[in-house]
Amino acid sequence: MFGWMGTILRVNLSTGKITKEKLDEKMARDYIGARGLASRILYDELPPGTEPFDPANLLIFAAGPLTGTAATSASRYNVVTKSPLTGAIAASNSGGYLPAEIKYAGYDLIIVEGKSEEPVYLWVHNDRVEIRSAKAMWGKGVRETDALIREETDDEAKIISIGLAGEKLVRFAGVINDRERAAGRSGVGAVMGSKNLKAVAVRGTQGIKIKDGAAFREAVLRNMNKIKSGPVTGEGLPSYGTAILVNVINSHGILPTNNFQLGEFHGAEAISGETLARDLLVRNRGCLACPIGCGRVTEINWEGERERGEGPEYESIWALGAACGISDLELITKVNYLCNEYGMDPITLGTTVACAIELFAEGVLTVEETGVPLNFGDGQALLEMTRKTALREGFGDMLAEGSARLAEKYGRPELSMSSKKQEYPAYDPRGAQGIGLGYATSNRGGCHVRGYTIGAEIVAAAVDPLTSAGKAKLLIDVQDFTCVVDSVGMCLFTTFSLGPDDVLPLLNAATGAGYTDESLLQAGERIWNLERLFNLREGLSRQDDSLAPRLLQEALSTGPAKGHVVELERMLDEYYQLRGWDSEGRPSSEKLQALGLE
Amino acid sequence: MSKTLVIDPKSCTGCRLCELVCSFKKTETYNPARARIRTIVMEDEIAFVPMTCWQCEEPVCQEVCPTGAIGRDEGTDAVIISVERCIGCKMCMMVCPFGNIQSNGAHEPVVKCDLCGGEPECVLFCPTNALQYLPADKFTLARKKRIAEKFRSILEEVEW
Repeated sequence: MFGWMGTILRVNLSTGKITKEKLDEKMARDYIGARGLASRILYDELPPGTEPFDPANLLIFAAGPLTGTAATSASRYNVVTKSPLTGAIAASNSGGYLPAEIKYAGYDLIIVEGKSEEPVYLWVHNDRVEIRSAKAMWGKGVRETDALIREETDDEAKIISIGLAGEKLVRFAGVINDRERAAGRSGVGAVMGSKNLKAVAVRGTQGIKIKDGAAFREAVLRNMNKIKSGPVTGEGLPSYGTAILVNVINSHGILPTNNFQLGEFHGAEAISGETLARDLLVRNRGCLACPIGCGRVTEINWEGERERGEGPEYESIWALGAACGISDLELITKVNYLCNEYGMDPITLGTTVACAIELFAEGVLTVEETGVPLNFGDGQALLEMTRKTALREGFGDMLAEGSARLAEKYGRPELSMSSKKQEYPAYDPRGAQGIGLGYATSNRGGCHVRGYTIGAEIVAAAVDPLTSAGKAKLLIDVQDFTCVVDSVGMCLFTTFSLGPDDVLPLLNAATGAGYTDESLLQAGERIWNLERLFNLREGLSRQDDSLAPRLLQEALSTGPAKGHVVELERMLDEYYQLRGWDSEGRPSSEKLQALGLE
Repeated sequence: MSKTLVIDPKSCTGCRLCELVCSFKKTETYNPARARIRTIVMEDEIAFVPMTCWQCEEPVCQEVCPTGAIGRDEGTDAVIISVERCIGCKMCMMVCPFGNIQSNGAHEPVVKCDLCGGEPECVLFCPTNALQYLPADKFTLARKKRIAEKFRSILEEVEW
């Protein structure tokens, strides 16, 4: 095959059985790769109702047909499983170097099933695959694990691992690769921990074949010029990273502050991308094949020691900052480093702490439970809670369950800022209606990267963010195209400058699969509907396509979005209709037939 | 004047596009393991240094080659290995003080950068100009000008 390697590696940790399967060509074409292909496999193979921590759950590391080529920012893979945070499908996306290495080793996907009795890691060296003891790495952080495993295998190996949070089954533990890149959301790292799988080491020396090399090369060059000349990808992201958004979003009055009580943060400037570039930035870092280089190599002085690491990104700055009322960028950066080291999602960590702080302010939580007073703006408390959460120590054991379970336990479920039990990211949807519908309908729960309407509503200012009119259509287009981008293995950030017309020639030249404008986006729609079918089968329904009551009932009190709530029901009806779903959000049989999903 | 491949680690973001496009040009597959250029990633400092043949004026690889397979390209001055004459003994690889000649196994006993005949693919694709292909005097003049500007601004701040 071209683009695709044509082989799936399957490892059963219960039996130790290792098999290599031929990738089905039609399935590859229909679901493209990465997020799409892995979701299809999860849907086909996971018995409905399987508990996320049951050994029967699958954990799939999935690269796309463009991953590992020179295609624009095609560094990505997806980690797909049933989420312990949401109970819905999880597809968590990461870049770096490791995803491509899976391809160079000869595989498109690595499927892990079962559960090992003892801690193990997987060593994949081209066609040689071994399950090895990870006793020496268990209990270790991500960086040390990375170093120990490369010492035991090959210095050139690229490593996926969990930190302590994954071992302790923190429901929002992530999977870290290349020491600093995270498949961060939905608790995919906890599933890895539940299987006693500490790490996967990969080294590959095989080439990816391209169907039409000359056309492919031309398309890469064309896209590179678009990326370089685009204002966001050529200027904003390279100069300030994703944190360029702090001031932008705050100026629209939708930087959620103090657990979404406010939309403007007085400390925004102090935690902005501009401040980060001035005070902490060492250099930019790009994932494989990325001409943007939004990654931030940063350095802080922490308790007299120089510490260097990556990030924080915008969403982390917000969750550990504005969401908790904290404006100390150095502390936020330190907590972000810790999240990478523990393998823990900073978005859910910050928003869960924010929820706990509000519960504390309401008098529902007391020092007796929490150990220390929790107040907005208290960075030291956040630092303390970060460690406790990763280790499930004291009150951290409760925080490790995420905000939905926390708020539910204390009888105030409305104070969890989440949908489908996954916390929202850094945009108050009351001032950007499209992203509100996006949070509600996202197949993996509260999330910005399933349908980033912020691109059109705020960044490009192409549509009025405050109106709900037309947002269902906008969101559907973005959701479907995002499925395509995630499945080919490119980075979503390219979509600030590239559209379907730019992805299509890359994918066709690489694979020779002959996609058309229509069939490419239809593949995206198919993937979205398949994820939906997975969730419906797990018992989710229209009532789960909801938002926290605060966003529906309490209008923002200041700023450009003052007076607005999310007009969800109206948008949701329109969304279902345009999707070809019934009023309960179930795809019609005509729709399923059209997508080949019946 | 012939051109030099100039490497600026400070501008490198570690995207390794150079490795990808090099391997594709030389092997028709994307396979960094076979690239003639390599970005070294320094884990703790999180720093990146692209490494490739520096086309030495007096190449020791050429000196040790027992079959005279290593010579200089007339157009580019690149040090090149003749596939016809190479017997794969890897002596050149062993003596290169910079580790910039590598062996890629049976199909490519020894390989090195040949500057792509004067149009280095890595330079074309490098998104941050960490790799440039310039006449040597242009490179030094550009640096002189940059430093001169700093020099000027410092001097002008001071009252004489």
